[in-house]
Amino acid sequence: MHAPATSSVIPAVRFAGVARHFGSVKAVDGVDLAIAPGEFFAMLGPSGSGKTTCLRLIAGFEQPDAGHIEIFGETVEGLPPYRRPVNTVFQDYALFPHLSVGENVAYGLKVRGVARAEREKLAREALALVKLAGLEARRPAQLSGGQRQRVALARALVVRPKVLLLDEPLGALDLKLREEMQVELKGLQRALGLSFVFVTHDQGEALSMADRVAVFNEGRIVQVGPPEEVYERPATRFVAAFVGAANVIEPDTASSLGAPARLCSLRPEKLVLLPADGAAPAGAAVVEAHVVDVSYQGAVRRLAVRTAAGTALTAAVPAARLAPAPGETVRLAIPLAALVPMEGER
Amino acid sequence: MSLATLDLPAPREGVLRRLSDALLRRGQLIVLLLLAPPLLWLGLVYLGSLFVFLGQSIFSIDEFSGTIVREPTTATLIELFRPANFDIVMRTVGVAAAVTLLCALIAFPIAYYAARYAGPRAKAAFYLAVMMPLWSSYLVKVYGWKLLLAKEGAISWFAGRLGLDGALDAWLALPLVGGPSLSVSYTGMVLTFTYLWLPFMILPVQAALERVPASLIEAAGDLGAGPGTTFRSVILPLAMPGVVAGAVFTFSLTLGDYIVPQIIGTSALVLGQAVYTLQGTAGNIPLAAAFSLVPILVMALFLTLAKRTGAFDAM
Repeated sequence: MHAPATSSVIPAVRFAGVARHFGSVKAVDGVDLAIAPGEFFAMLGPSGSGKTTCLRLIAGFEQPDAGHIEIFGETVEGLPPYRRPVNTVFQDYALFPHLSVGENVAYGLKVRGVARAEREKLAREALALVKLAGLEARRPAQLSGGQRQRVALARALVVRPKVLLLDEPLGALDLKLREEMQVELKGLQRALGLSFVFVTHDQGEALSMADRVAVFNEGRIVQVGPPEEVYERPATRFVAAFVGAANVIEPDTASSLGAPARLCSLRPEKLVLLPADGAAPAGAAVVEAHVVDVSYQGAVRRLAVRTAAGTALTAAVPAARLAPAPGETVRLAIPLAALVPMEGER
Repeated sequence: MSLATLDLPAPREGVLRRLSDALLRRGQLIVLLLLAPPLLWLGLVYLGSLFVFLGQSIFSIDEFSGTIVREPTTATLIELFRPANFDIVMRTVGVAAAVTLLCALIAFPIAYYAARYAGPRAKAAFYLAVMMPLWSSYLVKVYGWKLLLAKEGAISWFAGRLGLDGALDAWLALPLVGGPSLSVSYTGMVLTFTYLWLPFMILPVQAALERVPASLIEAAGDLGAGPGTTFRSVILPLAMPGVVAGAVFTFSLTLGDYIVPQIIGTSALVLGQAVYTLQGTAGNIPLAAAFSLVPILVMALFLTLAKRTGAFDAM
């Protein structure tokens, strides 16, 4: 699973014990990571968890207080942003308001001394790549949010970065546009074979787009792995709660269900609502619970229940089934194999 | 407690309340009410009297009787281009341009520091420091500078201490900018004007720089631009509207001033002095009016050129 981190291939980005402090705040507190060439890597975490600072450390907007950063095997500590082979798509897009769309995209080529005809041609191609052909003469202010985002993407890609950094690039878009851009970004990344490092606080976005997800909490990476692994086997209480809102089962509850007495996670969709006279499936514990709240969410209904022992649980059951009403008592089957032991709290 | 008990009594109906309703329904009415006093003041009292005065420039003066001939003529306006008069115009515009350039050069680093690096406390101190000279009397400041610039003044004393009196003498020996001492030279005049009008340049430049998002500067660096290129291609163009706004102040304030050139400077007249003497002792109102047209035309030309060069592209 962690092949990219341990194989002999030189990582696109490598952090070794990287720390960045702002006064007494440890924004990044000893981060190790290795991002493989061509990998779509998501940094997921709540605001203030250190993910954006990590991105800025790669870009060169911040310098580490401790530790070591390499980009394709080359040490970059002390190098200013303009000497690094990476480019950023900014959260607010950071398009130059005094330049046209074409000039914005060609900016990186211009400062590198590319001749006008050549840079105009490359800018046109980059705009076509993000489906904005023909908008060269517009001003950024005349574009919609989604179009500005694409211009920012074209502007970063046209200078052929070795790693593309994306800081919450979809945050300001509405839901439909965001879903479209997710598919497009993923397609673009596959087509270009570039490493994309993507910062987001949206777990759905991270899970659906990334090859690997690093979950950040309090300046540290608490879990790294493919989306399936992070979702199915959260390593800590924090990851279980932050990624997909899993139930957290305390050790004594786990042992009362007949599982080893360890802190466990339990995905809401693993709970099975049993008919009143239904028999328990093999390898599952059955609990009786009082329904506190029912919310309809299209494909599933989320039941908030409380067991006789006082444990609050969330169950996601197929919406097609007859729904219990709040106040009713239901029987739930908990497959013991769905109880995933966790390592700790953070 | 039920929500019903929270019901508040309906607000009382009254004349003021009905008036508020009427104003809210009719947006133009409130705009009219807001604009009427300033429009009356600016439009009628100020602009009206200005145009009446400027209108005098199409009259001429009878050279023998010294009375105004109220017949439209271009003679007075053409008189502006007589060498003696045109020298006054060029001299004043030259001083104003030098003052503006010097103000921009001094103001930019200060404004940049305040906009990008200063914390809240440093920024409060910055505003205080910039505004404080505006609170003291104009004449006190000008006479203060006369003492500083005088032959036995602080500046030449310092120059002597630093062994630079030779350089100061060499500068004063130069034609045009030099003179018997700093206090009776164009150099002294420009320095005094620069001191007086500097706040009017710093504040708009600082406001313009403050509106430049930090991410734009990062983006330029990210795309490969070094600090110099970033400054030239991103920061300066985006600060340009502020620089032009500041230049409008420093340029027009210098064009109109007649006290500084009287106290500090040479015996050659500048525009303000010309207008002052023509409408006062000489009684030549038409020529004074023609001279008064010059700053307006110069500023119009300046703004046109600024627009042509793309100074307002970032607005």
